[in-house]
Amino acid sequence: MTVRDVVQILKAEILAEGDLDVEVRTACGSDMMSDVLAFVKDQSVLLTGLTNPQVVRTAEMMDMHCIIFVRGKEVDDTILELAKEKDMTVLRTPYRMFTACGLLYTNGLSGGCDVT
Amino acid sequence: MSTLHFDYVVPGDDFTQAGAASSDVKRKLKKIGCSSDVIRRVAIAMYEGEINMVIHAGGGTAHVEIDPDKIYVALEDHGPGIKDVSKAMQEGWSTAPDNVRSLGFGAGMGLPNIKKYSDVLKIDTEVGKGTTLHMTVFTDRSKAGGD
Repeated sequence: MTVRDVVQILKAEILAEGDLDVEVRTACGSDMMSDVLAFVKDQSVLLTGLTNPQVVRTAEMMDMHCIIFVRGKEVDDTILELAKEKDMTVLRTPYRMFTACGLLYTNGLSGGCDVT
Repeated sequence: MSTLHFDYVVPGDDFTQAGAASSDVKRKLKKIGCSSDVIRRVAIAMYEGEINMVIHAGGGTAHVEIDPDKIYVALEDHGPGIKDVSKAMQEGWSTAPDNVRSLGFGAGMGLPNIKKYSDVLKIDTEVGKGTTLHMTVFTDRSKAGGD
């Protein structure tokens, strides 16, 4: 799916617009950026309830295209400015983390990790 | 390509600025055409180090050398030093205060993650004096361990 599809599925508001037509295949949801940096591999979407600029920095280091703030979080301008600088899309969804992840998963986005 | 040198100051009093040096290095590596895998490994390892310097040591300095066959990053701080390096290298072991966890860090993954993403990691640390991390990422990972 594309980021544009994600917007529709999550009834999301676009707070910063990067490439909405970029293809995304995997996502991760976490409020711990330490875990995102440690365990995430090749995910292109980050769902989080954490709102500070390090969310954008973390997504940048992981080559992610899109950040989704869940539960209608208020997002500071410094976060949006940084995201715009990095051509990253920032979305805000009214859904909570579990539901937002579930909606994306059932629509075809995977977690990108196998458990053996 | 001759060796390129870059130096950065990592401010310790502004958490919002943490990662700015890593971001700049990432941009530079992209510009000179490094592979995306190498760029990502350098960026993540350096970013974790930067965050650590801000959380634990009140900031520090970063020195970066870019060679055709390797990228070397030295992160130096004058913080409290690491009392027990072997414990600090264990996943999940953390001395970060709760307010740091509320910012999304301090899960005890910093140093293990730096080790995971760099090919060579050397830690010089002295309690009360500070810590310097020396990390190297080879552009050809098959050469790892040869340094």
